[in-house]
Amino acid sequence: MKPIQLHDFSGGIHPNENKIQSTTLEILDAKIPEKLILPIAQHIGAPSKPIVNPGDIVLKGQLIAQGEDFVSCNLHAPTSGVIGDITQKSVPHQSNMAALCIEIITDGKDKWVKHQGVENYLQADASQLIEKIQQAGITGLGGAGFPTHVKASIPASKIDTLIINAAECEPYITADDLLMREHAHEIIQGIEILCQILKPKQCIIGIENNKPQAIETLQNSISSLANNSHHIQVASIPTKYPSGGEKQLIQILTGNEVPNGGLPADIGIVLQNVGTAYAIYQAIAKGEPLISRITTVTGDACDQPRNFRVLLGTQVKDLLTQANTNLKKTSRLIMGGPMMGVTLQDAEVPVVKTTNCIIAASKHELPNPAMEQACIRCGMCTQACPAQLLPQQLYWFAKSSNLDQAKAHNIGDCIECGACSYVCPSNIPLVQYYRFAKGEIKQAHADKIKSDGAKKRFDTRTARLEREIAEKEAKRKARAEAAAKKQADKKAELAKNPAPSEPAPQVDIEALQKKLDATKMAIEKSKAKLAEAQATNSAKVELLQGALEKAQAKMKDIALTISQAKKDAKSPAGTNTEKSSVKVEATDVIEGLKQKVLAAKTRMEKAQERLNMAKEQNLDTVDALQLGVNKQKEKLDAAQKNLEEAAQ
Amino acid sequence: MNIILIAIGALVVLALVFGAILGFAAIRFKVEGNPIVDQLDALLPQTQCGQCSYPGCRPYAEAIAQGDEKINKCPPGGESTINAIADLLGVDPEPLDAEHGEEKDVKLLAVIREDECIGCTKCIQACPVDAILGAAKQMHTVIAKECTGCDLCVEPCPVDCIDMVPVEQTMQTWHWEKPSQIIATDKVKAA
Amino acid sequence: MKLLNISSPHTSRPGNTGNVMRRVILATIPGILALTYFFGPGHLIQIAIAASVALGCEASILRLRNKPVMFNLLDYSALLTAILLALSLPPYAPFWVTIVATAFSIIVAKHLYGGLGQNPFNPAMVGFALVLVSFPVAMTTSWSAPTELLENGISFSQALELIFASREHIDAITMATPLDVYKHQVGIETASEILTNPIFTDTSSPATATGWIWVNLGFLLGGIIMLSRGIFTWHIPVSLLGTLTLLSLLIGWDNDQYVPLSLHMLAGATMLGTFFIATDPVTASTTPLGKIIYGAGIGSLIYVIRTWGSYPDAVAFAVLLMNFAAPFIDQYTQPRTYGHTKAVRGLAKKD
Repeated sequence: MKPIQLHDFSGGIHPNENKIQSTTLEILDAKIPEKLILPIAQHIGAPSKPIVNPGDIVLKGQLIAQGEDFVSCNLHAPTSGVIGDITQKSVPHQSNMAALCIEIITDGKDKWVKHQGVENYLQADASQLIEKIQQAGITGLGGAGFPTHVKASIPASKIDTLIINAAECEPYITADDLLMREHAHEIIQGIEILCQILKPKQCIIGIENNKPQAIETLQNSISSLANNSHHIQVASIPTKYPSGGEKQLIQILTGNEVPNGGLPADIGIVLQNVGTAYAIYQAIAKGEPLISRITTVTGDACDQPRNFRVLLGTQVKDLLTQANTNLKKTSRLIMGGPMMGVTLQDAEVPVVKTTNCIIAASKHELPNPAMEQACIRCGMCTQACPAQLLPQQLYWFAKSSNLDQAKAHNIGDCIECGACSYVCPSNIPLVQYYRFAKGEIKQAHADKIKSDGAKKRFDTRTARLEREIAEKEAKRKARAEAAAKKQADKKAELAKNPAPSEPAPQVDIEALQKKLDATKMAIEKSKAKLAEAQATNSAKVELLQGALEKAQAKMKDIALTISQAKKDAKSPAGTNTEKSSVKVEATDVIEGLKQKVLAAKTRMEKAQERLNMAKEQNLDTVDALQLGVNKQKEKLDAAQKNLEEAAQ
Repeated sequence: MNIILIAIGALVVLALVFGAILGFAAIRFKVEGNPIVDQLDALLPQTQCGQCSYPGCRPYAEAIAQGDEKINKCPPGGESTINAIADLLGVDPEPLDAEHGEEKDVKLLAVIREDECIGCTKCIQACPVDAILGAAKQMHTVIAKECTGCDLCVEPCPVDCIDMVPVEQTMQTWHWEKPSQIIATDKVKAA
Repeated sequence: MKLLNISSPHTSRPGNTGNVMRRVILATIPGILALTYFFGPGHLIQIAIAASVALGCEASILRLRNKPVMFNLLDYSALLTAILLALSLPPYAPFWVTIVATAFSIIVAKHLYGGLGQNPFNPAMVGFALVLVSFPVAMTTSWSAPTELLENGISFSQALELIFASREHIDAITMATPLDVYKHQVGIETASEILTNPIFTDTSSPATATGWIWVNLGFLLGGIIMLSRGIFTWHIPVSLLGTLTLLSLLIGWDNDQYVPLSLHMLAGATMLGTFFIATDPVTASTTPLGKIIYGAGIGSLIYVIRTWGSYPDAVAFAVLLMNFAAPFIDQYTQPRTYGHTKAVRGLAKKD
């Protein structure tokens, strides 16, 4: 195995390491607290879904939340106890917002659920191992929290290098260091399991040269392997921040750059944190899901800074107490390191899968940020940037909210490592400017998609309305033409044959009858609503009454129209006979009049019948029908009169 | 005399040559349509709310392009849109015309109180982006994803059952604010 | 406990802008000592005038702009500008020349463009260029002869009198600068003849000028100190001096026809300009490749103006001309970002 040729990445800084404080003592198992708070979203991807309910009894290692999509993660109970409430609680996020958390009231018994590792895991099938990793809920423990089974699922044919990130470049954090010192053997086993899954051609553990003991223990473990078939080797790299960044470590160990917008898998590399390798070993060899991690507790306000093996969900205040922290002295509480960590507003938030460090800093240690001065364009930020960006230009663009230029100058490639802010002599909070700009760009992008969608809908609607108007126009035209044609046809037919056609008015009556029924129903409904409103004495009474009256008037109109139409239908001969009455002979007149009287009689009887029916049912059509009846009576009398006159 | 004639001749020839070049360029590089309208439309927020007194964003863009219209009439677009339009047209930006409404800090969404809806379809007809789902005498509801917060549905509702509710910020939409430069004297005063 | 709620990073390098500026001011001390020793106390008086005017102007403008006065004065930028300007001006220039130059550089060249960090042109050079063009007589006849060449040297009271009061006896102590002498005599006399002028140390090659060589070496020392402290990077000084050397050797190798290289480097304001003026971060290019181009541009312009222009010393104009170009150079020399195949060129286009 030839030694790895190291390259360098541009820029980088050398802040004070401050690691010695927490490396003097060995890892201590933190005490089981009274309650554990477990957020369901401790990873990148879709939040998991709780599968327990408040009051359920759970055992240590029991599944309590199921990952929903492929890019999601399971969550297990870190110890035995009872599920408390499942509600919104404050979680460690810079926004200080709350998220859904499962609370467990511990019973102190720490009883394990039945669990079992994979036998002969070094010869096991890759898919079986991946499934076990997925079931164990393992995410990247380096800080990002990407579900491990997704990375492990990359086809082995694409991968030729597995890199284990043991750099731990950020000051103060020593969790990985202590883990490697005390559990090197398990870590190497975990790496072997990963190699079994991904089958890389080489496997490199990248570790900074400020961890000589860890390098030694790892090398000893590798030497004690029966055969280093996967060519695992340790590469000691110069101490520089941020050499532990994924992209930077890849550049150091291989000299290649991850292409923009791509993943390390695109250049055949998979990178995993050393803590993740340890968790993989625990899951595969012993069947233990991810329920605890190593966390450094340090800072001036801590009397006894050290590393803890802490159960996930332990509240920060419990950990701080175990490290003898003076909370009054703490002016800044950070989860993470001093370069990229988030400030916590209170110590109630829990430790999550990605918590590698808690810093309880005094004011002297991390003084309040100095006032921002004018940028003198010194270019020290450009010299420090590991992504080869121009932080100064990005600052000017972000400050003037010039999002287009910021995007064009690759602000998306900023890894927010903080090296530029660190070196800036004017104390400008550069990283905050970039975070602001990135947030604005993301929001502007979402707004653009929404407004494009709105524009499309508006255009479609406008087109639809125009189309409807055009169709109505066309229909109206067609009807007018048809009517005109009909008139012409009628005239032609009359010239030949004076027999009238009946069906048209009939159809009208049916349609009008339907309308009448509909209006009747509506009136019933609004009457009911009005009664209700009157009962509750609501303000809508007037409105509803108005609506009711309108509907009733409408109904009257329709009823009138129907009766008129029916009349016309029954006596079309009336109109035509007027026309053709000229031709009727005198002798036929009496006959005609007799028929008229008969017809009028029948009509009146029918109208009377309807009126009686309406009176019985107490319908509102009574008045209209009464009018109708009167009219029919008049007509009947008139017809009889005519007959008598003609008979004389 | 000769010299004057030569000078005049030279100038005439130059004028003809450059005139020909310009004429050729005017025809060869002619841009169809009025791209400025499209560019203006792309800057507007597409809420189609009509607060600018035009029936939609494109008619407002067309009016601005014709030079008849002030650029400060769009409340949903706010100051950033006014500045962008001013930038595009090369004019001075003006503060938002308060007559047409005020720029709201938070985005609003329409929400129908379903118990009170009478199914009259008036709001459906009023919505410029068809974001309300419903039919006559059936329940109406606002499709939250498509609602632009334009406010046009609130008035037509005869039973006044539509509320404009501010959109809540989630952890996914939260982001850092721009660092504020509090000058030293302010800090001292505040302390 | 009231906990801070701010963005990472939570730690930074100690020091602020004031520290950087102070270091630069301290680095000018070797050069100032050499100047005082060889040319009398004139420069000290000019520094005093310029510093008081600069601080006064800056304080009043800051008050007008409603900015905290002491906080901004303590970044030492006005003081640095005043010192550099005073070192560029002739030591016995009348006091009103200094006042005009300083006031103009602070008020117009710095604050009217937006204050510290916003000015596109080097303020000290703007002030210098203004008075050079406006008061040519005062500027060209105020250069001091090296005190070794004068019988009695120059006393402090004499210097005060010359600067503030009557300038009757100015001719007794002034002399043209070496570059001026050589430039105007070249072509008429041969090199060895020119070098017989007492202002030059001896007639042998390489030509050196009395006093001026030590001044330039003093500023060179200051520059190297700053370079080692990381105040600026090597790009600008190396490319500037390199280009100047290259052009001088390629074009002006004949000492009888052109000013020799040793005078270019060690007589005149070359070292002051290289390490204190051209490296001014606000007005220079910021990208590594850009800095090299910027430095090379200044170097070539210095040579061109000195040889074929009408001014014997051209640092001010060369710097100002390249200040014009610095933003453009910056846009087209951006480094390639990690993971990208090509570097960004220019500003983003509007689609």
